[in-house]
Amino acid sequence: MSASEAAAVGLTHGASEDTGLGHRGPESKSIVVPYGFWLFVLSDIVLFSALFATYASLAHATDGGPASNQLFDRSLVAIETVALLLSSFVCGLAMIAAKRRNMVWTQVWLFVTGALGAVFLAIELYEFAHMISIGAGPQRSAFLSSFFTLVGCHGAHVTAGLMWIGTMMAQVWAKGFRPHIIRRLLCLSIFWHALDIIWVAIFTIVYLIGTLP
Amino acid sequence: MSQDDPELLNVAPGEPHDNLLSETISYIVGLGLALLLTGVSFWVASTSAIWGPGIAMGLVVLAIAQMGVHLVFFLHITTGPDNTNNVLALAFGVLIVFLVMIGTIWIMAHLAANMGPTPEMLNLQMQH
Repeated sequence: MSASEAAAVGLTHGASEDTGLGHRGPESKSIVVPYGFWLFVLSDIVLFSALFATYASLAHATDGGPASNQLFDRSLVAIETVALLLSSFVCGLAMIAAKRRNMVWTQVWLFVTGALGAVFLAIELYEFAHMISIGAGPQRSAFLSSFFTLVGCHGAHVTAGLMWIGTMMAQVWAKGFRPHIIRRLLCLSIFWHALDIIWVAIFTIVYLIGTLP
Repeated sequence: MSQDDPELLNVAPGEPHDNLLSETISYIVGLGLALLLTGVSFWVASTSAIWGPGIAMGLVVLAIAQMGVHLVFFLHITTGPDNTNNVLALAFGVLIVFLVMIGTIWIMAHLAANMGPTPEMLNLQMQH
């Protein structure tokens, strides 16, 4: 873009009209795209806050069925928590490798990220299957409906994240570290870190406070 | 990505730092703090050394602290001038989250407390 063209669309410092975009025009895509995704992640967290509020309102509405401190196993939750936390950490390592365009370590760390996420998801599915098998499914009481909605919604996000990780491994492999692939990787890491933040709230409110004596 | 730009005004959330050592240390410190806070949470939930009614509040405080650790060390949300937009968006998100959660819990708790008696209790023939 030449100087006269830049002036014509209002992107120069010297022009009298204020574009509202600062003195340098709009930010580059490497800033704007992750920022937009950050806004999406924050609105996703707002969605979860509604599910948390529902759960908090209904946590004692057990309708004579099993209560939270009869259902939850803290040692399983501890394993889930450590798996997801390590997954979030390794995702950061993958971003460090990707920034240095190191194909091998990017793929290795992304694979470990996904594997730890899969461990988390397997334990969660085992827990759900066990609860349903003993008659504590989502239709048993308002408490269990809100539990399966909240924790299941998080699990669905993790499932989507796993598919995204697989997609990014393939795209990095096939297309290399092009700018738009790097941007997608950064959005993936924001998503994955945010899922871990939501899990912190879930294991505290649902599992730890729910199993207090 | 734009470390060559001397007038860098904004940075994307989750963007690693430029120095390999400092960014790796940042993630390791974050992992250590998060593991520590998680361990303390599980210990607080199972100990009898702490006054019972205070445990739930203590767990919530520990959870908020751990979320802060994740934001700072994993998502690199800082108070620096290049992070203003990220922090403002986060602040608005947190505001909405608190409005939704505290508002709902507050209203629903009062609703339950003020709920009228059940139909069985309203059956005047059963009352003396």
